[in-house]
Amino acid sequence: MKSLKLIIALFLSGMVSFGTQGQLKIKGSDTVLPLSQKEAEKYMASHKGANISVSGGGSGVGITALIDNNTDIAMSSRSMKMEEKMKLNDTKRAFKEVMIAKDALAVIVNKSNPVSKLTRQQLEDIFTGKITNWKEVGGPDLKIIVYTRESSSGTYEFFKEHVMMKKNYAADALAKPATGDIVQSVSQTKGAIGYVGLAYLSKTVNSIAVSFDGKTFEKPSFKGAKTGTYPVSRPLFYYYLVSKEKEVKPFLDYILSKEGQKIVDEVGYVSIK
Amino acid sequence: MRRTRKIIEKIVEGIFALSGAITSITVLLIIVFLFQEGLSIFNQKPVEENSILAVHPNNPVSKLSGLQIKDIFDQKITNWKELGGNNDTIKLFRLDEAGSLFNEEQMGSNFERLPHCIDSYLVKTPGILLFFNNRYISKDFRGKKIEIENVNPYSFLLGKQWFPTAQPVAQLGVLPLILGTIWVTLGAILFALPFGLATAIFMAEIANHRIRNILKPVVELLAGIPSVVYGFFGLIIIVPAVQKVFNLPVGESGLAGSIVLGIMALPTIITISEDALRTTPRALKEASLALGATHWQTIRRVVLPFASSGITAGIILGIGRAIGETMAVLMVTGNAAVIPHSYFEPLRTIPATIAAELGEAAYGGLHFKALFALGCILFIMTFIVNLVFQFIAKKKKY
Repeated sequence: MKSLKLIIALFLSGMVSFGTQGQLKIKGSDTVLPLSQKEAEKYMASHKGANISVSGGGSGVGITALIDNNTDIAMSSRSMKMEEKMKLNDTKRAFKEVMIAKDALAVIVNKSNPVSKLTRQQLEDIFTGKITNWKEVGGPDLKIIVYTRESSSGTYEFFKEHVMMKKNYAADALAKPATGDIVQSVSQTKGAIGYVGLAYLSKTVNSIAVSFDGKTFEKPSFKGAKTGTYPVSRPLFYYYLVSKEKEVKPFLDYILSKEGQKIVDEVGYVSIK
Repeated sequence: MRRTRKIIEKIVEGIFALSGAITSITVLLIIVFLFQEGLSIFNQKPVEENSILAVHPNNPVSKLSGLQIKDIFDQKITNWKELGGNNDTIKLFRLDEAGSLFNEEQMGSNFERLPHCIDSYLVKTPGILLFFNNRYISKDFRGKKIEIENVNPYSFLLGKQWFPTAQPVAQLGVLPLILGTIWVTLGAILFALPFGLATAIFMAEIANHRIRNILKPVVELLAGIPSVVYGFFGLIIIVPAVQKVFNLPVGESGLAGSIVLGIMALPTIITISEDALRTTPRALKEASLALGATHWQTIRRVVLPFASSGITAGIILGIGRAIGETMAVLMVTGNAAVIPHSYFEPLRTIPATIAAELGEAAYGGLHFKALFALGCILFIMTFIVNLVFQFIAKKKKY
C-alpha cells in the first residue's frame, strides 16, 4: 500500500515537473560534463523543485546551441572564438562568461627517465617530431616514443593549441583511446612521453616540470594550477545570455560557493576559490 | 483437416521466403547506404565549408596542394621561395588572431569594420597567407584566393598522411591504414593457422576421448571472451613481453596486434576445422588404413583433402574476425598512422580508426564521409578475401 502511494506520488511529481517550464539546460564540453553532472546532482538534492539537464557533445556544440537558443548554459573548455562572438553579435545578444574551475595537464615520462624538466619549445619539438632522441634534451641516448590521445579528444586539441602552437602532431605519434591507457603505456615504455589530466597522475610515472618562459620550471600540481604558476592549464567556462541571468544565477552561485568548489576538487579539477 | 494443414504449410513457407527476402534487402540496403555516404567524399574540398585561403595580390603562387598548406601551417615551409614564389617570409593569419592585431575601435563594436581591417592588413603584408570565413570578406577584397583541389580517389587511396581534423586543410590519405590492416591480418593468420590447424588435427584424430572432452570446452570458452578483455590482456602482458623479447623501443606494434588477433581467431579456426575433419567418412579412413597407409599418411592424404573446404571456411571466418576487429587492436597496435616497414613498428588499422574517430566526427561532414569511405574499403577487402577462398575451395573439391 505504501509503495503504491509512493509510485503515485512519483508519477504525479513527474507529471508536474514535465509540465513546468523551469528546466535549466546545460550543454557542451565533454571535459566539463562530469563536473556539471555532479554539481547538478548535488544542487537538485539540496534545492527542491530545481530541474537541471546536462548533456555533452563538445565545446563547439554547446556554444552553437547557445547561439541557436537551444541551451541556457554552454559549457566550454576554451574561450569563445572570434567567429562565435560575432554570430552572437549579429543578433544583438549580450552574453556572460564565468570561469567555474580549471583543468591542468601533466606531461609524464617513464620512471627510469632522468629528464625532469622541459621548455614549451622542447615539448613542441618533441610532439611535432623534430626532436626524436632524449639525448637532445639532456637525457640518455634513447628514442622518444610520443603518446597522444585520439583526435576526437578535447585534450588532444588543447595540447595542440596551447603547447604546440597549433602545429600538427608527428605522424608516427602513438594515439591512445583513453587517458588510462597513456599512463599504462608510459609506465611500461622506457622512452615514452605523454600527457594526462592532473587527476590521472599516479606514482607509476614521473611528471615533468614545464616552463613557458624558459627560466622558471614548475611541476604540475593543483596548487600551481590554481595560482596560475603552472602553465599547462586551462580555464573551464560557463557561457550564458544576459537575458537568462535570472534563471541561471542561483545555480552559478552554488558552483562558485564553497560547497560547489569542493565538488570541483572531488571530480579531479582545480577549484578557483 | 488436410486443407488447414495445407494452408498452414503455405503460411510457414511464406514466412520463410519473407525472412529470406528481408535479410537480403537489409544487407543490400546497408551496402547501398555505406557506398552512398562513402563515395560522396570525392569531389568535395578538404576544407571547412565557406572558408577561404588567400594571399597578397602580387604573390605569384596561386595553387597549393593540401600537403603544402599543412607544412606551411606547421611552419616546416616558412618562405614563399620554397613554393616558387618571391623571397618573402610566410606570415600566417587566422581569424582568431584578429583580436591581437586590431583593437576594438578599428574593428567596430559589432565587428562591422573587420572585413575592411583584414583587407588593409593583407595589402600591407606581402608574405601573408590568410585563412578565414568568407562571411568576413569585404566587397572590394583585393587578395588572391588560393584554389584547393578536391579530394580524388587517387590522393585518397595513395595519400600517406592521415590528419582528418587538421586545420585548415584535412589530410585524408588512407594508404597507411590500408597497409596496417593488411599487415596485422596477415600476421594474425600466419600465427593462427599453423597453431589452429595443428590443434584441430590433434583433437579430431589423435587425442583420446578424455583429452578431447577437456580441450573442446576450453577452446569454445576462448571464443566467448569479449574483445576488450583480449585488448587489456594484450596491453598488459603481450606488449611488454614483445618489447622485452625483441628489445624494442616500444612494445605496441604490428607484432603485438598480430598475436592478439591470432589468439582471437584461433577458436573459430579450430572449431570449424575440427568439425570438418570429423565429417570424413569412416569408410574412407579405414580403406586407407587397410591399404597399409600409416595413421599420419591417412591424415595427410585422406582426411585433410576431404576436409579442405571446411578448413577454408574456418580460415575465412578467422580472417573475418581479424580484419574487422576494433577494440583489441585499438589497444595494442599503437595507432600511429604511418606506413609500416616491419612488424616491430606501431601501425593503425581501418576498424580501429573508425571506432576511435566516428564518435566525434560531425554528421555528414568531411571527416564523417572519409570514415564511411574507409568502411567501403574494408568491405571490399573482406569481399575479395571471400571470393579468393571460394575460388580455391571450388578447385580443390574432393
